[in-house]
Amino acid sequence: MSDVYSYSWLILVAPFIAFLVNSLWLGKKNWKAAAGLSTFAMAGSAVYSIKIAFDFFTQLPAQKHIIAWQYNWLEFNDTLTAKIGCLLDPISVMMLVVITVIATMVNIYSIGYMKDDPSAGRFFGTLSLFCFSMLGLVVATNLIQIYVFWELVGVSSYLLIGFWYTKPSAVAASKKAFIVTRFADAFFLLGIIITGYVLKTFDFIDINSLQAADSMNHIVSVGFLTVNVLTVSTILIFIGGWGKSAMFPLHIWLPDAMEGPTPVSSIIHSATMVVAGIFLTARLFTIFSFSFVTLDIIAAVGCFTALFAAVIACTQSDIKRILAFSTLSQLGYMMFSLGVTHDISGDEGINILGFQASMFHVFTHAFFKCMLFLMAGAVIHAVHTNDIWKMGGLRKKMPFTYWSTLAACLAIGGIPPLSGFWSKDEILLASFLSGHNIIGSIGLIVGGLTAFYMFRLFFVTFHGELKESGQHAHEDKWMTTPIVLLAIPTIGIGWIAKSYFLGSFTPLGHIAQIESPHHLTWLPIVASIMGVSGLIIAWVLYGKGNYKTATALSEKFGKSYTVIKNKFYIDEIYLHITHKIIFDKVAAPIKWFDSNIVDGFMNFVGWVLHLFGKLVRFSQNGQIQLYIGTMFLGFFLIYFIYKVAA
Amino acid sequence: MTLSNCLILACMLFFVGIYGVMTRRNLIGVLMSVELMLNAANINFIAFAYFKAADSVAGSIFVIMIISVAACEMAVGLAIIVTMYRKHKEMDISRLGGLQDE
Repeated sequence: MSDVYSYSWLILVAPFIAFLVNSLWLGKKNWKAAAGLSTFAMAGSAVYSIKIAFDFFTQLPAQKHIIAWQYNWLEFNDTLTAKIGCLLDPISVMMLVVITVIATMVNIYSIGYMKDDPSAGRFFGTLSLFCFSMLGLVVATNLIQIYVFWELVGVSSYLLIGFWYTKPSAVAASKKAFIVTRFADAFFLLGIIITGYVLKTFDFIDINSLQAADSMNHIVSVGFLTVNVLTVSTILIFIGGWGKSAMFPLHIWLPDAMEGPTPVSSIIHSATMVVAGIFLTARLFTIFSFSFVTLDIIAAVGCFTALFAAVIACTQSDIKRILAFSTLSQLGYMMFSLGVTHDISGDEGINILGFQASMFHVFTHAFFKCMLFLMAGAVIHAVHTNDIWKMGGLRKKMPFTYWSTLAACLAIGGIPPLSGFWSKDEILLASFLSGHNIIGSIGLIVGGLTAFYMFRLFFVTFHGELKESGQHAHEDKWMTTPIVLLAIPTIGIGWIAKSYFLGSFTPLGHIAQIESPHHLTWLPIVASIMGVSGLIIAWVLYGKGNYKTATALSEKFGKSYTVIKNKFYIDEIYLHITHKIIFDKVAAPIKWFDSNIVDGFMNFVGWVLHLFGKLVRFSQNGQIQLYIGTMFLGFFLIYFIYKVAA
Repeated sequence: MTLSNCLILACMLFFVGIYGVMTRRNLIGVLMSVELMLNAANINFIAFAYFKAADSVAGSIFVIMIISVAACEMAVGLAIIVTMYRKHKEMDISRLGGLQDE
């Protein structure tokens, strides 16, 4: 193994050192130095990651995976060991590049964005912690390691959403994000435990195999339930990803997470952390693929989320929330793409095109979505509002941002030849080839919706008349540079990277693959037409700075428009369930039982002991002569007992 | 004078000491009673040395040692009493309840 791989742990160490130094010491002294340290650490990691990626993809290792280093961390017993290590395979190398490059861009951007914030040093420290955790997550060699970093990622996300902790909404949002993902993680942990119990291993390489699937694929009865172990454990593990990737109905935390600073939304809640769920599913793809039930659930959940979030995104007015729902929708794409890998008609094997397409979309989406968020941050910074209706006409004031955003909107809208088109096209191709025509059609419609809501945002923000709030808008050089730099991969990465993704991306382990034709001639055309028509509708409704038609249309839909604008009242349903049902009907009786029965018993024991104590206390009255008398009495008693015994 | 006479004297002296320790109200009185008990022990030493030991001088030396150590002890005891008096303005042991459980 070449040295390039064996030192791959350096990629993790650099941001970790930045985190320690910035959080413990440098952050409070000098935030500029802290920002510099974080940025250089990330840039170093990025350079190294690109070097690794270059070596890896030009000379693919025979097994398509390398364990760069590994060491036994927790030895439970002779057969069960939790390791910690660094697993390099196509998807983790790809994620390393994505995370480090985007983190570097976001770090540079944050120098401009956070420059007026008194606790900027803390920001850079926590951001480095996040990068460290995320990198640790993608190179994890086993379930325990991925779980540890998974939670670390959750914690750093919590810290960063609640970064402005004096704002009650930010605190509420951070708690919501943490609790919702934690709820999902409980199932994930359960899945890990079952897997570890049955297979006696946590290693991905051992789990992703036919033998593992065989040994798990049996039926057990748990109480009155009769379940297949393979199906249950894969579904449980998938629920972890379900929460982290904010699939419906656990998506509620992601739009609220936009309370955090925009660079955070950009890296954590669009480009990297939320794809951790996708990544987990992809990492365990081989074992998942043996359970068609799980794959169907993945496809259904992903597809529904894609449509659901896209519909909501069309009605929102907060720029960051539109992007958040757009992220949800794109995550749905990546998710269902993993699910549509088995043929709907029978069980002839797995077509890994869906897997490749999903990873391809993770890759392209990271760049343009990160850039869109950075754009949103720049715009918010310039006009001091999140409401797109109060923006407008920023085209002249922010030319670099304008042109870069145009590229990103075209990319996410699936207009050829930008990057988003290629990956989305592969996803749709995978759905139609495997016979998931309904999912594929929904994907096409969502493509149109995506183009529509993105260009709605784009036209309302940048075209039309300059509003009052935008008079003093200007571009900050620290913030504009990463936006422009990210425009390069947004435009060009699609057709360059496509052959790598389709050529060398395979899941860990061996899968019985089926080959299928790699294109449908009509699909790219239809997909492009959908995208372009979304664009044209957005132009007609919002492009001319005159929203009369749009307002009339929303009024015509009336009630359903209100329902969609309020995100289908999902948050309210949650509040109702938690407050009215769980708090009142479940938690309150349990609390009564706890405070009266459990505490009551303990208090009773305490009361009895207290009573005895009181009795004993009478003798201890501070009269030294009584003590001396007692002492002599005791002495004589011992003496007489001794005498009697003798 | 026999050994038992001496031992009876020592015993009486010891119990007088105990009585004094347990009933005296004045702290200095208590201290003096402790001293009586100590002297009862001294008498025992002397008596056993005189009647039983091969070399009776050893017992006398021991007693002199004890007396000198007891003098030091007494100095410490008196110092404590003086400090207590300064603090509490009180010599009546029944009113000094500082060891009581609060």
